[in-house]
Amino acid sequence: MSESRLREISLTVNGARQTIRALPMERLLDVLRERLLLTGTKEGCGEGECGSCSVLMNGSLVNSCLVPLLQAEGAEVTTIEGLAPGAQLNSLQRAFLDFGGAQCGICTPGMIMAASHLLGKKPRPTPDEIKEGLAGNLCRCTGYAQICDAVAAAARGDAG
Amino acid sequence: MTTERIIGVSVPRKEGRDKVTGQAQYIDDLSFPGMLHGVTVRSTIPRGKIRNITFGPGIEWNEFVIVSAKDIPGKNCVTLIVDDQPCLVDGVVNHPEEPILLLAHPNRHALHQAVAAVAMEYDPLPAIFTIDESERKTQIVWGADNTFKTFLVEKGNVDSVWEQADHIVEAEYTTGAQEQLYIENNGMIASFDATSGITVWGSLQCPYYVHKALMKLCNLPENKVRVVQTETGGAFGGKEEYPSMIACHAALLAIKSGKPVKIMYDRMEDMTATTKRHPSRTRHRTAVSSDGRILGGEIEFVVDGGAYATLSSVVLSRGTIHAGGAYYWPNIRIRAKAVATNAPPHGAFRGFGAPQSLFALERHMDRIAEVVGLSPVEIRRRNFLKTGQTTSTEQIIHEPIDMDQLLGRGLELADYRAKKEQFQKANKTGRRKKGIGIATFLHGAGFTGSGERYLASQVRVEGLADGRVRVLVSSTEFGQGTKTVLCQIAAEELNLPYDLVEIAQPDTDQVPNSGPTVASRTVMVVGKLVQSAAFGLRQTLLAAGLTEEYSAKEFLAACSRYVAQHGELKSWARYEPPPGIFWDDEKYRGEAYAAYAWAVYIAEVTVDLATYGVTVDDFVALQEVGKVLHPLLARGQITGGVAQGIGFALYEKVVWQQGRMANGQMTNYIMPTSADLPAIRVYFEELGNEHGAFGAKGIGELPMDGPAPAIVNAIADALGAPFDSIPLLPEDIFLKLTGQLRPEGSLVPEGVR
Repeated sequence: MSESRLREISLTVNGARQTIRALPMERLLDVLRERLLLTGTKEGCGEGECGSCSVLMNGSLVNSCLVPLLQAEGAEVTTIEGLAPGAQLNSLQRAFLDFGGAQCGICTPGMIMAASHLLGKKPRPTPDEIKEGLAGNLCRCTGYAQICDAVAAAARGDAG
Repeated sequence: MTTERIIGVSVPRKEGRDKVTGQAQYIDDLSFPGMLHGVTVRSTIPRGKIRNITFGPGIEWNEFVIVSAKDIPGKNCVTLIVDDQPCLVDGVVNHPEEPILLLAHPNRHALHQAVAAVAMEYDPLPAIFTIDESERKTQIVWGADNTFKTFLVEKGNVDSVWEQADHIVEAEYTTGAQEQLYIENNGMIASFDATSGITVWGSLQCPYYVHKALMKLCNLPENKVRVVQTETGGAFGGKEEYPSMIACHAALLAIKSGKPVKIMYDRMEDMTATTKRHPSRTRHRTAVSSDGRILGGEIEFVVDGGAYATLSSVVLSRGTIHAGGAYYWPNIRIRAKAVATNAPPHGAFRGFGAPQSLFALERHMDRIAEVVGLSPVEIRRRNFLKTGQTTSTEQIIHEPIDMDQLLGRGLELADYRAKKEQFQKANKTGRRKKGIGIATFLHGAGFTGSGERYLASQVRVEGLADGRVRVLVSSTEFGQGTKTVLCQIAAEELNLPYDLVEIAQPDTDQVPNSGPTVASRTVMVVGKLVQSAAFGLRQTLLAAGLTEEYSAKEFLAACSRYVAQHGELKSWARYEPPPGIFWDDEKYRGEAYAAYAWAVYIAEVTVDLATYGVTVDDFVALQEVGKVLHPLLARGQITGGVAQGIGFALYEKVVWQQGRMANGQMTNYIMPTSADLPAIRVYFEELGNEHGAFGAKGIGELPMDGPAPAIVNAIADALGAPFDSIPLLPEDIFLKLTGQLRPEGSLVPEGVR
């Protein structure tokens, strides 16, 4: 890695300002996981298909494996670690726990971020809107039924 | 023990909070000081001899640790059943993506270029890629005759039935390879030092399989090898055997470098190099009476095992035993065979051979119905196995299963009769054809035949200094809920709140060998042992003065006091075969499984004749699985399995080019998304099971068996044409219909042909 190509890039992650000296094309995913040690964001495919690396960037849902760090300059990024303070759970996390939305758990952080984004846009989604809203996030364990149950429950305010 | 308080209740998942907060630590989330990153250099040809390896220019090779077969301290094999699979190629390549060299470097970004700079020169050998080619033996690529294993099951006298038959129904069915596609790719970290030996952390199902493989490869004694399972992001059988290979690779790099080494596969490496479901071919020839009773049949079941033996013999075994399904065969002959090809070895995937042979059988039942002139419902009713009758291995069914009643309930739940009638009318016009199909089947839980006896699994339940209880097993959690349910079982048996029972992370230095986490055996077999060990622990405390009607507080005090006085409180249980179990490994006859789960699955589909796309509109999954210990987890197993079954039927096609998967990406190997799936309606019946913890049976694999045949039966119903191969993609339906229908055929709209 040649030193001359490194740049200082600043962004806000989970409310904290971060300045990172990195290659501009470094993946946001790697910056989050390897430099900021926010390993809740997972890599499943590395090509934007599975959604395991989903985070919110300026309010939009993005696959962090497809975002070069340069593009995140000045951005507000929220990861799974930023949803609830400390050991607390937000309503979606609680609902995933109560309704069986997490099995192996590897897609769960990305799925919760996608659900969070969906509920931000549509606080009362229909079942079809939930399915559509989560269709960019693959889960191999659940068949999605209990994930959709969890999102619906969180939207109703039924979780724990 | 009074009433059950925890069993049957959906208590919170033990590791659930860590999973929903992103705190759960998977292998790629771990990093050790000074750790190197390892990578595998693989073959690019299906078969041949390596003539020369050159390390090309432009790479600082002195910065790399390089391992080849000659660096292996022990035996160059990945130990499993037959020691035929090398850990690293030593001269001869037998499949694409076969590991040849290992490289490690402190910077993982340096690996890709280095792999590309290694040039292999080969003397290619002719290769074979299909069951047919393997059977023709134009090339012998394994053993004397390309055959890993054969089985012959014979019951009655099949040769006598053909003359009495009113109908003889013959057909051939095939199923394709299927990728497990767990969302967490395979990964391992190994570290080595001369005093403690080798330690491996990783994503895996079977810690003691990896342990055994490392001992042989590294030539180390039992106590110098330690395997620790990290949180595992899905497995489905795909992390049963291949993790041993990756652990061996990481260990070799760690030994040579003296540093911890992480090997983390990317998606394409995981898809192209590791195991998949065995492709299969099943031929049925069945003698049937005019009133639709099966008089007897011959079944030939063949699976493609790929280049090495791995688990093919046991996959074949389960597929063979399930080939006769949930029906009574007075006479049957099943010939089964696992053959070699030059593809990466196929391996374990949920269902383990049964989804393949049951797809064939359940399609065949619909074909028989058509020939005889009965409905798919009636043909099944007339042939269901009943209590007291025998399976094809002559196992007497003792449980009071009533498949007729189960089917009746399933039909009601699906509103089958009304829909069937409605679809038949509606399908006369329009381009969207609707159909409804059923599959009725069974799935045996636990290891086959004498398997559990050979495993002789052990578990331990121990009291802790603070009075709480810990369960120690090698059974792993990878989404199914192992940790939760085993703690529930111990808590129930000990009459303690669930929160006072914890479970150890599988670590071969800590936990006894309770066998591999496979074969739907964890809750039924290991759970029963946990129940037994918990009972023993309770008896010890009662003998030490704890009163019979203890409160949790009294238990904690007694347990804590016992540990303080004696230093420890440990209770063990070891598997003992139930009395009266008989299995003949030679003749493949006897009690194949301690218990079967039974199911009726009904699928409703629409086929759009403009696109030939199929949508599954409704899916009823009704099953008898003994006692449901945790309703939420049980339902999650069924919906997840059905989703994989829908993928197996309609979406998931492995495209092979010269033995290599050509579509090894999530972009071009398509699994169902949330938008692709119907409401999967799950229903249970609970007959109980004396062999399982609190009456449980195995449940994990069952839901993989039924969806594909139910869906393909529904498509056949919608289109009035038979389909005998999966995956069944729109182009396959198009070809079948346009190839088969006369030009005036009404199914295909004008302009499409």
